[in-house]
Amino acid sequence: MSKCWDAVIIGGGVHGCSLAYHLASQGLRPLVLERSYLASGGTGRSAAGVRHQFGTEVNCLLAIENIRAFERIQEELDYPWDIEFQQGGYLLIAYSEGQLGQFQENVALQQRLGIDSVMLSPEETLRLVPELNPEGVLGASYCAKDGHVNPFHLTWAYARAAERLGATIRQYCPVISITGDDRGVRGVVTPDGTIECPNVVVAAGPWGPSLVEPLGLEVPLYSERHQIMVTEPVERFLDPMILCFDDGTYWKQTPHGSVIMGIGDPMELKGLFMSSSWSFLEEAALRISSHMPSTLGLRVVRQWAGLYDITPDSQAIIGPTPVEGLYLDLGWSGHGLQFAPSVGRILAQLISGQEPFIPVDALGLDRFQTGRLIPEPACV
Amino acid sequence: MSDKDIVICRCEDITLGEIRSLLDEGFLTVDEVKRISRCGMGPCQGKTCRDLVLQEISLKTGRPVKDLRMPTFRPPTKPVKLGVIARGEEDDV
Repeated sequence: MSKCWDAVIIGGGVHGCSLAYHLASQGLRPLVLERSYLASGGTGRSAAGVRHQFGTEVNCLLAIENIRAFERIQEELDYPWDIEFQQGGYLLIAYSEGQLGQFQENVALQQRLGIDSVMLSPEETLRLVPELNPEGVLGASYCAKDGHVNPFHLTWAYARAAERLGATIRQYCPVISITGDDRGVRGVVTPDGTIECPNVVVAAGPWGPSLVEPLGLEVPLYSERHQIMVTEPVERFLDPMILCFDDGTYWKQTPHGSVIMGIGDPMELKGLFMSSSWSFLEEAALRISSHMPSTLGLRVVRQWAGLYDITPDSQAIIGPTPVEGLYLDLGWSGHGLQFAPSVGRILAQLISGQEPFIPVDALGLDRFQTGRLIPEPACV
Repeated sequence: MSDKDIVICRCEDITLGEIRSLLDEGFLTVDEVKRISRCGMGPCQGKTCRDLVLQEISLKTGRPVKDLRMPTFRPPTKPVKLGVIARGEEDDV
Protein backbone atom coordinates (compact mmCIF):
# COMPACT_ATOMS: atom_id res chain seq x y z
CA MET A 1 0.00 0.00 0.00
CA SER A 2 1.13 3.56 -0.64
CA LYS A 3 2.31 5.82 2.15
CA CYS A 4 0.30 8.90 1.42
CA TRP A 5 -1.53 9.39 4.71
CA ASP A 6 -0.69 11.95 7.37
CA ALA A 7 -2.36 9.98 10.16
CA VAL A 8 -3.83 6.53 10.63
CA ILE A 9 -6.74 6.47 13.07
CA ILE A 10 -7.51 3.08 14.60
CA GLY A 11 -11.22 2.90 15.38
CA GLY A 12 -14.21 4.11 13.35
CA GLY A 13 -16.29 5.24 16.28
CA VAL A 14 -17.49 8.79 16.72
CA HIS A 15 -14.09 9.92 18.05
CA GLY A 16 -12.13 8.45 15.15
CA CYS A 17 -14.52 9.95 12.61
CA SER A 18 -14.59 13.38 14.29
CA LEU A 19 -10.79 13.42 14.34
CA ALA A 20 -10.69 12.43 10.65
CA TYR A 21 -13.05 15.32 9.86
CA HIS A 22 -10.98 17.84 11.82
CA LEU A 23 -7.69 16.64 10.30
CA ALA A 24 -9.15 16.72 6.79
CA SER A 25 -10.52 20.23 7.47
CA GLN A 26 -6.90 21.31 7.95
CA GLY A 27 -5.90 19.85 4.60
CA LEU A 28 -4.31 16.72 6.08
CA ARG A 29 -5.05 13.22 4.80
CA PRO A 30 -6.25 10.83 7.52
CA LEU A 31 -7.05 7.14 7.11
CA VAL A 32 -9.61 5.58 9.47
CA LEU A 33 -9.41 1.81 9.97
CA GLU A 34 -12.47 0.16 11.50
CA ARG A 35 -12.56 -3.58 12.07
CA SER A 36 -16.36 -3.76 11.67
CA TYR A 37 -18.92 -1.13 10.55
CA LEU A 38 -18.74 2.50 11.71
CA ALA A 39 -20.04 3.06 15.26
CA SER A 40 -20.12 -0.70 15.90
CA GLY A 41 -18.26 -0.42 19.23
CA GLY A 42 -19.03 1.76 22.22
CA THR A 43 -20.39 4.61 20.09
CA GLY A 44 -23.41 2.85 18.65
CA ARG A 45 -24.12 0.91 21.82
CA SER A 46 -24.25 3.95 24.08
CA ALA A 47 -27.31 5.87 25.23
CA ALA A 48 -25.69 8.92 23.58
CA GLY A 49 -26.46 11.50 26.25
CA VAL A 50 -24.95 14.95 25.90
CA ARG A 51 -24.43 17.11 28.96
CA HIS A 52 -22.63 20.04 30.55
CA GLN A 53 -23.04 18.56 34.00
CA PHE A 54 -19.64 17.20 34.93
CA GLY A 55 -17.68 17.54 38.13
CA THR A 56 -14.18 18.40 36.87
CA GLU A 57 -13.12 21.65 35.25
CA VAL A 58 -11.56 20.09 32.15
CA ASN A 59 -14.71 18.08 31.37
CA CYS A 60 -16.95 21.13 31.89
CA LEU A 61 -14.81 23.26 29.57
CA LEU A 62 -14.81 20.55 26.91
CA ALA A 63 -18.58 20.05 27.42
CA ILE A 64 -19.29 23.73 26.68
CA GLU A 65 -17.52 23.29 23.34
CA ASN A 66 -19.24 19.97 22.66
CA ILE A 67 -22.70 21.46 23.01
CA ARG A 68 -21.83 24.55 20.98
CA ALA A 69 -20.66 22.17 18.26
CA PHE A 70 -23.76 19.96 18.46
CA GLU A 71 -25.99 23.01 18.01
CA ARG A 72 -24.51 23.72 14.56
CA ILE A 73 -23.24 20.30 13.49
CA GLN A 74 -26.15 19.42 11.20
CA GLU A 75 -25.36 22.43 8.99
CA GLU A 76 -21.59 22.37 9.43
CA LEU A 77 -21.32 18.77 8.26
CA ASP A 78 -24.05 19.21 5.62
CA TYR A 79 -25.55 15.84 6.51
CA PRO A 80 -28.71 14.74 4.66
CA TRP A 81 -30.28 12.81 7.57
CA ASP A 82 -31.19 14.13 11.01
CA ILE A 83 -28.54 13.60 13.69
CA GLU A 84 -31.44 13.94 16.15
CA PHE A 85 -29.70 16.28 18.55
CA GLN A 86 -32.43 17.06 21.02
CA GLN A 87 -31.93 19.60 23.79
CA GLY A 88 -34.69 18.49 26.13
CA GLY A 89 -32.45 18.96 29.15
CA TYR A 90 -30.64 16.45 31.34
CA LEU A 91 -31.89 15.72 34.83
CA LEU A 92 -29.59 14.13 37.43
CA ILE A 93 -31.71 13.05 40.39
CA ALA A 94 -30.32 12.67 43.92
CA TYR A 95 -31.69 10.02 46.27
CA SER A 96 -28.99 10.40 48.94
CA GLU A 97 -27.56 13.34 50.89
CA GLY A 98 -24.11 12.42 49.60
CA GLN A 99 -25.20 12.62 45.98
CA LEU A 100 -27.13 15.84 46.60
CA GLY A 101 -24.02 17.42 48.10
CA GLN A 102 -21.93 16.24 45.15
CA PHE A 103 -24.43 17.80 42.70
CA GLN A 104 -24.31 21.10 44.64
CA GLU A 105 -20.51 21.10 44.34
CA ASN A 106 -20.68 20.22 40.64
CA VAL A 107 -23.29 22.89 39.87
CA ALA A 108 -21.20 25.53 41.70
CA LEU A 109 -18.23 24.59 39.51
CA GLN A 110 -20.38 24.55 36.35
CA GLN A 111 -21.89 27.97 37.12
CA ARG A 112 -18.44 29.45 37.80
CA LEU A 113 -17.45 28.29 34.29
CA GLY A 114 -20.54 29.92 32.76
CA ILE A 115 -22.78 26.86 32.44
CA ASP A 116 -26.54 27.38 32.95
CA SER A 117 -27.08 24.42 35.25
CA VAL A 118 -29.25 24.69 38.37
CA MET A 119 -30.22 22.71 41.46
CA LEU A 120 -33.90 21.78 41.61
CA SER A 121 -35.97 21.08 44.73
CA PRO A 122 -38.03 17.85 44.80
CA GLU A 123 -41.12 19.93 43.86
CA GLU A 124 -39.35 21.54 40.91
CA THR A 125 -38.05 18.14 39.81
CA LEU A 126 -41.56 16.69 39.79
CA ARG A 127 -42.93 19.70 37.94
CA LEU A 128 -40.38 19.01 35.20
CA VAL A 129 -41.17 15.27 35.06
CA PRO A 130 -44.65 14.73 36.53
CA GLU A 131 -44.52 10.97 35.88
CA LEU A 132 -41.62 10.55 38.28
CA ASN A 133 -42.24 8.60 41.48
CA PRO A 134 -41.73 11.30 44.19
CA GLU A 135 -40.60 8.75 46.79
CA GLY A 136 -37.05 9.40 47.95
CA VAL A 137 -36.30 12.30 45.58
CA LEU A 138 -34.10 14.77 47.49
CA GLY A 139 -33.47 17.13 44.60
CA ALA A 140 -31.77 17.25 41.24
CA SER A 141 -29.20 18.93 39.09
CA TYR A 142 -30.54 20.15 35.75
CA CYS A 143 -29.35 21.88 32.61
CA ALA A 144 -31.89 22.77 29.92
CA LYS A 145 -29.28 22.91 27.15
CA ASP A 146 -28.26 19.27 27.63
CA GLY A 147 -29.88 16.40 25.81
CA HIS A 148 -29.05 13.50 23.55
CA VAL A 149 -28.20 12.57 19.98
CA ASN A 150 -28.40 9.65 17.54
CA PRO A 151 -24.97 7.99 17.78
CA PHE A 152 -25.04 6.36 14.33
CA HIS A 153 -26.06 9.46 12.42
CA LEU A 154 -23.56 11.57 14.34
CA THR A 155 -20.75 9.19 13.38
CA TRP A 156 -21.82 8.99 9.74
CA ALA A 157 -22.18 12.77 9.59
CA TYR A 158 -18.52 13.14 10.61
CA ALA A 159 -17.41 10.27 8.39
CA ARG A 160 -19.10 11.54 5.24
CA ALA A 161 -17.91 15.11 5.81
CA ALA A 162 -14.37 13.78 6.39
CA GLU A 163 -14.49 11.79 3.14
CA ARG A 164 -15.66 14.80 1.16
CA LEU A 165 -12.61 16.66 2.48
CA GLY A 166 -10.19 13.92 1.42
CA ALA A 167 -10.15 11.45 4.32
CA THR A 168 -10.25 7.70 3.60
CA ILE A 169 -12.41 5.42 5.73
CA ARG A 170 -12.02 1.64 5.52
CA GLN A 171 -14.58 -0.53 7.24
CA TYR A 172 -14.04 -4.22 7.99
CA CYS A 173 -10.29 -3.59 8.12
CA PRO A 174 -8.82 -4.54 11.52
CA VAL A 175 -5.40 -3.43 12.71
CA ILE A 176 -3.24 -6.37 13.76
CA SER A 177 -0.41 -4.33 15.25
CA ILE A 178 1.28 -0.96 15.33
CA THR A 179 4.84 -0.92 13.97
CA GLY A 180 7.63 1.10 15.51
CA ASP A 181 9.62 1.08 18.72
CA ASP A 182 9.77 3.09 21.92
CA ARG A 183 11.16 6.07 19.97
CA GLY A 184 8.52 6.40 17.31
CA VAL A 185 5.74 4.81 15.26
CA ARG A 186 6.21 3.72 11.67
CA GLY A 187 2.69 2.61 10.79
CA VAL A 188 0.24 -0.24 11.21
CA VAL A 189 -0.17 -3.81 10.01
CA THR A 190 -3.52 -4.95 8.59
CA PRO A 191 -4.57 -8.22 6.94
CA ASP A 192 -4.22 -6.38 3.60
CA GLY A 193 -0.65 -5.32 4.28
CA THR A 194 1.46 -2.77 6.09
CA ILE A 195 0.61 0.92 6.01
CA GLU A 196 3.43 3.36 6.72
CA CYS A 197 2.48 6.55 8.47
CA PRO A 198 4.25 9.04 10.78
CA ASN A 199 1.20 9.46 13.04
CA VAL A 200 -1.04 6.79 14.55
CA VAL A 201 -4.02 7.57 16.79
CA VAL A 202 -5.52 4.79 18.89
CA ALA A 203 -9.26 5.47 19.31
CA ALA A 204 -10.19 1.83 19.73
CA GLY A 205 -11.77 1.89 23.19
CA PRO A 206 -11.18 -1.26 25.24
CA TRP A 207 -9.17 -2.82 22.39
CA GLY A 208 -6.60 0.02 22.57
CA PRO A 209 -4.24 -1.00 25.40
CA SER A 210 -3.20 -4.32 23.84
CA LEU A 211 -2.29 -2.49 20.61
CA VAL A 212 0.14 -0.10 22.31
CA GLU A 213 1.56 -2.49 24.89
CA PRO A 214 4.21 -3.94 22.51
CA LEU A 215 5.57 -0.37 22.12
CA GLY A 216 6.22 -0.24 25.86
CA LEU A 217 3.15 1.77 26.83
CA GLU A 218 1.09 0.67 29.77
CA VAL A 219 -2.45 2.06 29.58
CA PRO A 220 -4.30 1.44 32.85
CA LEU A 221 -7.84 0.76 31.79
CA TYR A 222 -10.16 -2.18 32.08
CA SER A 223 -13.19 -3.12 30.08
CA GLU A 224 -16.64 -3.65 31.60
CA ARG A 225 -19.90 -4.74 30.00
CA HIS A 226 -22.86 -2.35 30.24
CA GLN A 227 -26.33 -3.15 28.97
CA ILE A 228 -29.24 -1.21 27.51
CA MET A 229 -32.72 -1.94 26.22
CA VAL A 230 -35.14 -0.09 23.98
CA THR A 231 -38.95 -0.06 23.85
CA GLU A 232 -41.49 0.29 21.07
CA PRO A 233 -42.18 3.92 20.10
CA VAL A 234 -44.89 5.73 22.06
CA GLU A 235 -46.22 9.27 22.08
CA ARG A 236 -43.88 11.89 23.47
CA PHE A 237 -43.98 11.90 27.28
CA LEU A 238 -40.41 12.63 28.35
CA ASP A 239 -38.27 15.62 27.36
CA PRO A 240 -35.15 15.43 29.57
CA MET A 241 -32.74 12.54 29.69
CA ILE A 242 -32.72 11.23 33.28
CA LEU A 243 -29.80 9.80 35.23
CA CYS A 244 -29.70 8.55 38.84
CA PHE A 245 -26.16 7.91 40.08
CA ASP A 246 -27.46 6.40 43.34
CA ASP A 247 -28.64 3.24 41.55
CA GLY A 248 -26.97 3.72 38.17
CA THR A 249 -30.17 4.01 36.12
CA TYR A 250 -30.68 6.25 33.09
CA TRP A 251 -33.37 6.61 30.44
CA LYS A 252 -34.41 8.86 27.57
CA GLN A 253 -37.12 9.07 24.94
CA THR A 254 -35.72 9.38 21.43
CA PRO A 255 -37.32 11.68 18.82
CA HIS A 256 -38.59 8.45 17.20
CA GLY A 257 -40.65 7.78 20.34
CA SER A 258 -38.84 4.72 21.69
CA VAL A 259 -37.46 4.79 25.22
CA ILE A 260 -33.85 3.74 25.79
CA MET A 261 -33.09 2.48 29.30
CA GLY A 262 -29.85 1.39 30.91
CA ILE A 263 -28.32 0.62 34.27
CA GLY A 264 -24.78 0.49 35.56
CA ASP A 265 -24.13 -2.58 37.68
CA PRO A 266 -21.04 -2.97 39.88
CA MET A 267 -21.33 -6.74 39.43
CA GLU A 268 -21.15 -6.52 35.62
CA LEU A 269 -18.64 -8.72 33.82
CA LYS A 270 -15.16 -7.32 33.28
CA GLY A 271 -13.42 -8.10 30.01
CA LEU A 272 -14.42 -8.08 26.38
CA PHE A 273 -17.63 -10.12 26.76
CA MET A 274 -20.51 -8.40 24.93
CA SER A 275 -23.58 -10.66 25.04
CA SER A 276 -26.72 -9.39 26.75
CA SER A 277 -28.19 -11.12 29.79
CA TRP A 278 -31.67 -11.88 31.11
CA SER A 279 -30.74 -10.64 34.58
CA PHE A 280 -30.13 -7.17 33.14
CA LEU A 281 -33.62 -7.08 31.64
CA GLU A 282 -35.18 -7.98 34.97
CA GLU A 283 -33.02 -5.64 37.05
CA ALA A 284 -33.45 -2.69 34.69
CA ALA A 285 -37.22 -3.21 34.45
CA LEU A 286 -37.49 -3.27 38.25
CA ARG A 287 -35.27 -0.27 38.91
CA ILE A 288 -36.50 2.03 36.14
CA SER A 289 -40.19 1.28 36.69
CA SER A 290 -39.72 2.09 40.36
CA HIS A 291 -38.53 5.58 39.32
CA MET A 292 -41.23 5.97 36.67
CA PRO A 293 -44.15 3.54 37.07
CA SER A 294 -45.71 4.56 33.73
CA THR A 295 -42.90 2.66 31.97
CA LEU A 296 -44.45 -0.65 33.15
CA GLY A 297 -46.79 -0.52 30.14
CA LEU A 298 -44.00 -0.12 27.56
CA ARG A 299 -42.92 -3.11 25.49
CA VAL A 300 -39.22 -3.89 25.29
CA VAL A 301 -38.28 -4.77 21.70
CA ARG A 302 -34.52 -5.19 21.95
CA GLN A 303 -31.63 -5.30 24.37
CA TRP A 304 -27.91 -5.15 23.74
CA ALA A 305 -24.57 -4.75 25.49
CA GLY A 306 -21.50 -2.60 24.96
CA LEU A 307 -18.19 -2.01 26.66
CA TYR A 308 -16.94 0.81 28.86
CA ASP A 309 -13.18 1.40 28.92
CA ILE A 310 -12.64 2.49 32.49
CA THR A 311 -9.56 4.24 33.89
CA PRO A 312 -8.57 4.58 37.57
CA ASP A 313 -10.05 8.12 37.74
CA SER A 314 -12.90 7.55 35.24
CA GLN A 315 -11.28 10.12 32.95
CA ALA A 316 -10.13 9.80 29.37
CA ILE A 317 -6.52 9.38 28.32
CA ILE A 318 -5.89 11.70 25.38
CA GLY A 319 -2.92 13.28 23.64
CA PRO A 320 0.64 12.38 22.71
CA THR A 321 2.69 9.59 24.28
CA PRO A 322 6.42 9.06 24.86
CA VAL A 323 6.38 7.21 21.51
CA GLU A 324 6.85 9.90 18.85
CA GLY A 325 3.82 10.10 16.55
CA LEU A 326 1.62 7.86 18.69
CA TYR A 327 -1.51 9.48 20.14
CA LEU A 328 -4.20 8.07 22.41
CA ASP A 329 -7.92 8.78 22.64
CA LEU A 330 -9.05 6.10 25.08
CA GLY A 331 -10.53 5.40 28.48
CA TRP A 332 -13.70 7.46 28.28
CA SER A 333 -15.26 5.41 31.08
CA GLY A 334 -18.78 5.58 29.62
CA HIS A 335 -19.21 9.28 28.82
CA GLY A 336 -17.11 9.53 25.65
CA LEU A 337 -19.49 9.93 22.74
CA GLN A 338 -20.46 13.50 23.59
CA PHE A 339 -16.79 14.57 23.71
CA ALA A 340 -16.16 13.72 20.06
CA PRO A 341 -16.62 17.30 18.77
CA SER A 342 -14.15 19.03 21.11
CA VAL A 343 -11.62 16.21 21.38
CA GLY A 344 -11.54 15.56 17.61
CA ARG A 345 -10.64 19.20 17.12
CA ILE A 346 -8.03 19.20 19.91
CA LEU A 347 -6.26 16.05 18.69
CA ALA A 348 -6.21 17.43 15.14
CA GLN A 349 -4.54 20.57 16.51
CA LEU A 350 -1.99 18.53 18.49
CA ILE A 351 -1.14 16.33 15.50
CA SER A 352 -0.66 19.32 13.20
CA GLY A 353 1.61 21.02 15.74
CA GLN A 354 -0.82 23.69 16.93
CA GLU A 355 -1.69 24.75 20.43
CA PRO A 356 -4.95 22.99 21.45
CA PHE A 357 -7.84 25.44 21.91
CA ILE A 358 -8.51 23.92 25.33
CA PRO A 359 -5.48 22.57 27.27
CA VAL A 360 -5.87 18.85 27.92
CA ASP A 361 -2.53 18.13 29.63
CA ALA A 362 -4.51 17.03 32.69
CA LEU A 363 -5.87 14.09 30.65
CA GLY A 364 -2.44 12.83 29.54
CA LEU A 365 -1.16 9.29 30.05
CA ASP A 366 1.66 10.62 32.28
CA ARG A 367 -0.79 11.32 35.12
CA PHE A 368 -0.61 7.68 36.14
CA GLN A 369 3.15 8.11 36.74
CA THR A 370 2.98 11.50 38.44
CA GLY A 371 -0.07 10.50 40.48
CA ARG A 372 -2.01 13.61 39.42
CA LEU A 373 -5.33 11.81 38.96
CA ILE A 374 -8.45 13.93 38.51
CA PRO A 375 -11.40 11.73 39.51
CA GLU A 376 -14.63 12.57 37.65
CA PRO A 377 -17.49 12.23 40.15
CA ALA A 378 -20.31 12.56 37.57
CA CYS A 379 -20.37 9.22 35.77
CA VAL A 380 -22.26 5.92 35.99
CA MET B 1 -45.78 -1.10 -9.15
CA SER B 2 -43.05 1.46 -8.42
CA ASP B 3 -40.46 0.52 -5.77
CA LYS B 4 -41.70 3.57 -3.84
CA ASP B 5 -44.98 1.71 -3.28
CA ILE B 6 -43.46 -1.54 -2.05
CA VAL B 7 -43.10 -1.62 1.72
CA ILE B 8 -40.09 -3.63 2.90
CA CYS B 9 -40.19 -2.91 6.65
CA ARG B 10 -43.77 -2.80 7.89
CA CYS B 11 -42.88 -1.81 11.45
CA GLU B 12 -40.98 1.31 10.43
CA ASP B 13 -42.75 1.91 7.11
CA ILE B 14 -39.71 1.76 4.83
CA THR B 15 -40.05 1.19 1.10
CA LEU B 16 -37.96 -0.73 -1.38
CA GLY B 17 -37.15 2.61 -3.01
CA GLU B 18 -35.65 3.92 0.22
CA ILE B 19 -33.58 0.76 0.67
CA ARG B 20 -32.28 0.95 -2.90
CA SER B 21 -31.31 4.59 -2.53
CA LEU B 22 -29.31 3.72 0.62
CA LEU B 23 -27.51 0.96 -1.29
CA ASP B 24 -26.74 3.53 -4.02
CA GLU B 25 -25.29 5.78 -1.29
CA GLY B 26 -22.83 3.02 -0.42
CA PHE B 27 -24.45 1.48 2.68
CA LEU B 28 -23.96 -2.14 1.69
CA THR B 29 -24.52 -4.17 4.88
CA VAL B 30 -27.74 -4.90 6.77
CA ASP B 31 -26.07 -3.46 9.87
CA GLU B 32 -25.60 -0.09 8.18
CA VAL B 33 -28.97 0.00 6.38
CA LYS B 34 -30.67 -0.85 9.66
CA ARG B 35 -28.96 1.87 11.65
CA ILE B 36 -29.41 4.61 9.11
CA SER B 37 -33.05 3.91 8.20
CA ARG B 38 -34.40 2.02 11.27
CA CYS B 39 -35.33 -0.84 8.90
CA GLY B 40 -35.62 -3.90 11.15
CA MET B 41 -35.61 -1.94 14.42
CA GLY B 42 -39.38 -2.12 15.00
CA PRO B 43 -41.48 -4.52 17.06
CA CYS B 44 -40.81 -7.52 14.75
CA GLN B 45 -37.04 -6.89 14.86
CA GLY B 46 -36.48 -7.54 11.18
CA LYS B 47 -38.21 -10.89 10.90
CA THR B 48 -39.78 -9.79 7.60
CA CYS B 49 -37.40 -7.20 6.19
CA ARG B 50 -33.97 -8.59 7.03
CA ASP B 51 -34.05 -11.27 4.32
CA LEU B 52 -35.51 -8.81 1.80
CA VAL B 53 -32.71 -6.33 2.49
CA LEU B 54 -30.13 -9.14 2.19
CA GLN B 55 -31.60 -10.02 -1.20
CA GLU B 56 -31.32 -6.42 -2.35
CA ILE B 57 -27.71 -6.22 -1.18
CA SER B 58 -27.01 -9.45 -3.05
CA LEU B 59 -28.57 -8.02 -6.25
CA LYS B 60 -26.61 -4.80 -5.87
CA THR B 61 -23.21 -6.34 -5.08
CA GLY B 62 -23.49 -9.57 -7.07
CA ARG B 63 -22.48 -11.55 -3.97
CA PRO B 64 -24.60 -14.51 -2.92
CA VAL B 65 -26.74 -14.02 0.20
CA LYS B 66 -24.86 -16.77 2.03
CA ASP B 67 -21.66 -14.68 1.85
CA LEU B 68 -23.25 -11.50 3.24
CA ARG B 69 -22.85 -10.34 6.83
CA MET B 70 -25.86 -10.90 9.06
CA PRO B 71 -26.68 -8.51 11.88
CA THR B 72 -26.84 -9.81 15.45
CA PHE B 73 -30.15 -11.34 16.55
CA ARG B 74 -30.99 -9.72 19.88
CA PRO B 75 -33.43 -10.71 22.62
CA PRO B 76 -36.29 -10.65 23.41
CA THR B 77 -37.81 -12.66 20.54
CA LYS B 78 -41.13 -10.87 20.94
CA PRO B 79 -41.85 -7.46 22.50
CA VAL B 80 -42.49 -7.89 26.24
CA LYS B 81 -44.07 -5.34 28.56
CA LEU B 82 -41.74 -3.97 31.21
CA GLY B 83 -44.45 -4.78 33.74
CA VAL B 84 -44.37 -8.47 32.82
CA ILE B 85 -40.60 -8.55 33.32
CA ALA B 86 -40.66 -6.55 36.55
CA ARG B 87 -43.72 -8.18 38.10
CA GLY B 88 -43.81 -11.50 36.28
CA GLU B 89 -43.68 -13.59 39.42
CA GLU B 90 -47.06 -12.18 40.51
CA ASP B 91 -48.64 -13.99 37.57
CA ASP B 92 -47.04 -17.30 38.56
CA VAL B 93 -49.15 -17.74 41.67
